[in-house]
Amino acid sequence: MDAFWTSRVMSDILGGLTNGVIYALVALSLVLIWRSTRILNFAQGAMAMLAAYVGFAVLAPSTNYWVSMAVAIVAGVVLGGLTERTVVRTLYGKPEINPVVAMVGFLLVLESVAAAIWSTTSRSLPTPFSIIDWQLAGRPVAMSPFALYEVITAIVVMVVVAVVFQFTSLGLQLRAAALNPEVSRLLGVRVTRMLTLGWMLASGVGAVTAVLVASNYFTGLTPTTMDGVFAFGFIAAAVGGLDSPVGALVAGVLLGVAFQFVGDYVNSNAIILVALGLLIVSLMVRPSGLFTRRTERRV
Amino acid sequence: MLADPPAALLRLDAVSVDFGGLHALRDVSFAVEPGEIVGLIGPNGAGKTTVFNVICGFVKPTRGRVAFPSSGHHNLRPSQLASAGVARTLQGVGLFPHCSVLENVMAGGHNRPGGTFADALVATPRGVRSERQLRDDALALLERLGVADQAARFPSAIPYGVAKKVSLARALMGDPQLLLLDEPASGLDEAELEQFAAEITSLRAQMGILLVEHDMEFVMPLVDRLVVLNFGEVIATGPPAEVRHHAEVVAAYLGVDQ
Repeated sequence: MDAFWTSRVMSDILGGLTNGVIYALVALSLVLIWRSTRILNFAQGAMAMLAAYVGFAVLAPSTNYWVSMAVAIVAGVVLGGLTERTVVRTLYGKPEINPVVAMVGFLLVLESVAAAIWSTTSRSLPTPFSIIDWQLAGRPVAMSPFALYEVITAIVVMVVVAVVFQFTSLGLQLRAAALNPEVSRLLGVRVTRMLTLGWMLASGVGAVTAVLVASNYFTGLTPTTMDGVFAFGFIAAAVGGLDSPVGALVAGVLLGVAFQFVGDYVNSNAIILVALGLLIVSLMVRPSGLFTRRTERRV
Repeated sequence: MLADPPAALLRLDAVSVDFGGLHALRDVSFAVEPGEIVGLIGPNGAGKTTVFNVICGFVKPTRGRVAFPSSGHHNLRPSQLASAGVARTLQGVGLFPHCSVLENVMAGGHNRPGGTFADALVATPRGVRSERQLRDDALALLERLGVADQAARFPSAIPYGVAKKVSLARALMGDPQLLLLDEPASGLDEAELEQFAAEITSLRAQMGILLVEHDMEFVMPLVDRLVVLNFGEVIATGPPAEVRHHAEVVAAYLGVDQ
């Protein structure tokens, strides 16, 4: 049994899972925003990065990790709301290219602002748990207390988002506003407010993601910390279906595991090639995504 | 004819709507009193839907005024209707896909007083209570319309007649004083029509109702008053028995039909 947990295959699965939940979270943020406002938020990673900076760079380095995390989440939520009210609101109903250009531009602005304030020097974040892998019979298992914390945090975030959307009246309004804004308005749902809230929620999820990424990866926190993660999260969202939160999560985890195998058995340089190949194939075969719910659904 | 104008739920004062050079509505005036069922009829293209859209604020009147005297509002935007006590059902039913029947009905009750926004966000006891209330009220309405057994199903899986009732229940969730029904009879079979008519009649104790309808057999016995439109103008108003014999109406509309 010990040999199983420390085997090469299991190491790839566990390592891939840890990366995969991060891609899943990024994909989830993208899906939340796409569903409510039909905008692909290319600045998602940069907004999350900025929130992480606010949580960990503005406060004293000695500040408690959890306090910094909470501040980062609040910063993310606020930034999401502000972004929707200022940048995004001008883009509704415009040709599809406008939001793409605007959000890519916003991404560059945010990264430049962060670099101007905090420089591009990498900053290492404190970690609340050890990043040293557990050992079994003298051999490492590809899972550390911190990695487990990452996975659990990701699951908690996903469950919270699911509960808010499926079981609260606020979630019902969020869904209604996304599905049919005109009818929702007639029913007294405050659609504009719901759009802002959708962005706040997605951006809060992003802040958690950025904090996890910046404290786990060798890169630490830099203005471009989220770029690579965002690219994979984006592919996960596209493969899983931009309209399907479940699809985005499943695709994120599967991609994480698949990339780990590719990196281990083929070559780590091949990962991006495989990722783009998967994206192209999935866009050709099922452009709406693997998991997009069929319109017919019987219970 | 307007027995007590200040108490009317809805009053159109010489409303005109121009689309470019086209006069969609010209000097349309009528009112809906509390407890009254008013039918809006007319041949295709007469402007019935435009009247609804102008009441709901989807279309702005070029001239004239849409007043809601009992609540003191006029020319409302669509987003202000629910809180002003106005509910509308849509021609195409317009249920939310991927939301259960129960959720669809619950979605109609969000303008009611109760838990505040913050209560809903952090699930305070008050928020939870008002949410349970919302669910119970939605179920009660479905029960009343005889479709409670469909509560867990999705719009794509229910018959059209049921969807119509769900859409009515959703509109009623906001406790409206004025209910606007856009072609409530279309797509319903004989038995469903009878039931629907009885339901609408029973609502009059709590609200005034304005309905657009093609089906004359459905409208005639149901309404207290008819407003007949032709080419964007009101050509007759009055009880169905009178309007039926109105020469201009017969020529413009009923004559075509019979």
